[in-house]
Amino acid sequence: MTERLRVENLYKVFSKSPDPALRMLAAGAKKTDVLAKTGMVVGLNDVSLSVPSGAIYMVMGLSGSGKSTLARCINRLNEPSAGRILLDGRDIVAAGEAELRDIRRKRISMVFQHFALLPNRTVAENTEFGLKLQGVSPQSRGRRAEEVLSIVGLARWGNHYPHELSGGMRQRVGLARALATDADVLIMDEAFSALDPLIRTEMQDELLRLQRTLKKTILFITHDFQEALKLGTRIAIMADGELVREGTPQSIVLEPGSDYVAAFTREVDRSRLFDARWAMTPVQPVPLAAGLCLAETGDGGGLVLDDGGHVVGALDSETLRGLRDTAGGGIASLGNGGIGALRKDFVTVRECDSLLDAARAHRAGRPMAVVDEEGRLTGTLAADRILAGIAAAPPHPAGGLHA
Amino acid sequence: MLDANDLNVFPVDAWIQDGVAWIALNLRPLFLAIKWPVEYVLNLNIFLLQEIPFLAIVAVAVLLAWRLASLGVACFSAVALVAIAALGVWSEAMTTLSLITTAIVICAAIGIPIGIGCARSDRMWGVVRPILDIMQTTPTFVYLVPVVMLFGVGTVPGEVAVVTAAAPPLIRFTNLGIRMVETEMVEAGLAFGATKRQLLWEVQLPLAVPTILGGLNQTVLTAMVMSVVVAMIGAEGLGLVVLQGLGRLDVGRAAVGGIAIVLLAMMLDRITQKLAQPGGPGGRPLLRSLRALVRSGRPADGKTNAGPATSNPAISSPDQ
Repeated sequence: MTERLRVENLYKVFSKSPDPALRMLAAGAKKTDVLAKTGMVVGLNDVSLSVPSGAIYMVMGLSGSGKSTLARCINRLNEPSAGRILLDGRDIVAAGEAELRDIRRKRISMVFQHFALLPNRTVAENTEFGLKLQGVSPQSRGRRAEEVLSIVGLARWGNHYPHELSGGMRQRVGLARALATDADVLIMDEAFSALDPLIRTEMQDELLRLQRTLKKTILFITHDFQEALKLGTRIAIMADGELVREGTPQSIVLEPGSDYVAAFTREVDRSRLFDARWAMTPVQPVPLAAGLCLAETGDGGGLVLDDGGHVVGALDSETLRGLRDTAGGGIASLGNGGIGALRKDFVTVRECDSLLDAARAHRAGRPMAVVDEEGRLTGTLAADRILAGIAAAPPHPAGGLHA
Repeated sequence: MLDANDLNVFPVDAWIQDGVAWIALNLRPLFLAIKWPVEYVLNLNIFLLQEIPFLAIVAVAVLLAWRLASLGVACFSAVALVAIAALGVWSEAMTTLSLITTAIVICAAIGIPIGIGCARSDRMWGVVRPILDIMQTTPTFVYLVPVVMLFGVGTVPGEVAVVTAAAPPLIRFTNLGIRMVETEMVEAGLAFGATKRQLLWEVQLPLAVPTILGGLNQTVLTAMVMSVVVAMIGAEGLGLVVLQGLGRLDVGRAAVGGIAIVLLAMMLDRITQKLAQPGGPGGRPLLRSLRALVRSGRPADGKTNAGPATSNPAISSPDQ
């Protein structure tokens, strides 16, 4: 993925003359030191990050951690004190008034925590707000408003006023307004935090659904680690104006790196976060006769594969031992019509299925085959591995991470 | 023994006398320039209100009250106007009304732009605010002194005093209304690339309208009070009726003037107060009302109960 947005050594000090504070920060001082010495509040302290194009990049932190300040610096609602913000290589911080306005109109749009819809305008008028500021003609911006309202599922609400809508619907309007300008970068500042839990989940699913087709670059600010895990392709965790951990959701859960981050990851539901591939035991199939292969499962049994790598049947440990004990290569006899001896009651899960799905599919006494997208066997998954994965045991050495 | 009067060594009255005389003599063109538009608008208003037939004015007032406020206010307006006519002070009441409408026009034309300027510049607000403080703490009676010195006596100088007294609330409320617009709304405007002008016209002013109309209500009431007081510098109208009644110890005549003043004030307050109440949460009462006024048929809007009331009624009425 190419890089869309890059933040380099960004500082924000809330003061008209931040230089003394900046010098202290550069010398390694912390937020509290600066506040005690100069009375200035540090919003951001040397933050650098890179947002790939098409990612949902979550910035997570508690209140006062500087996450909203960071978001507001991106479109310069807050003026950065030092550092660079590169949008496709162009420095936003250095942009003049006209260029900044152009960036805000065409490149970066924003969704607000409390929706910030104008109460005196209808849903449609709110949606076309950004286009109106650009001077787009009423007809074409009306058409565009209709388009995006139907994308967010509010096609018939254009003539209503915001106060007639529920919170979730209002935020859909906020989203539609942000989408209407066709900006490719979306800043969502705690966009779902003001919604009740059920509606929040619904909006999260909606965002994931929309993102599959829209492929925007989304900078999503949240204080909710679960939300960050659910939506994020990458997560940046902030504390006291500094970036304390950055990475994919899985890597952060596996290696929090600090007690502060670990406090968030402790409560994580790993059964949904990690997939079958991560917990499975990889197999090394050995060839049998007639193009068949045998992949041994850990419990002494095995899975028999055809020449395409697809599972054709299972052997329990007794049968397999029986075949092995038979002199003259009883295993080889499988290829010669002994295929009828195979059990067909094995369970199949895909590599990308979550551990929760695997646990649901599991049946006592039946082997579980893990297959890739083409249906080829890549590993087996025993009940103890599923439990170990959910209970935060270290991953199998050869285990993969959720994509 | 030191007596307080022994300390009276500053002939301040003489200095001010000389100062004002100098200003009146040397800055005369300036005051004529200030007086001219006031005189023009006032004469136009007096001409209109005196020439339009009684029934037509009642009809217009009732229609306005109905559209802008409610049916109840419309009924009250009809009764009040008929009562004023029955008291025999219709012509004087129309002169007073002219003083007030002129003040509304001029205050809106001057006050709203100043208020906007104050909202956008802390430095300007820093200069204007103490001036407004002085203007609003000064008793209305004291306004008359410099006005007489600089503009003379009569109805037009009276109007100058009315405008001066009535403008501060509108400036204050305009400034307040714009500053009170939620920061998230302003940020939404900025985030979508609004210029300063667009921010003002698309976001701040529409959301400040209810507060500005609340200020207009205060302006109307202040103008009402002042239009009575300026009878003392020779302005015509209901104030003059009261003044004459007092001068001749004619209690009846003074009471008639007083009753007419109260009726007129209540009518104006009711109408402008309803104007300031938002139609929905933060709605657009003025635009919607004016649009409804143009359209015939249904009443202005049913949803006047929702949303916070921003007006600050000086006179409370029995119908609420």
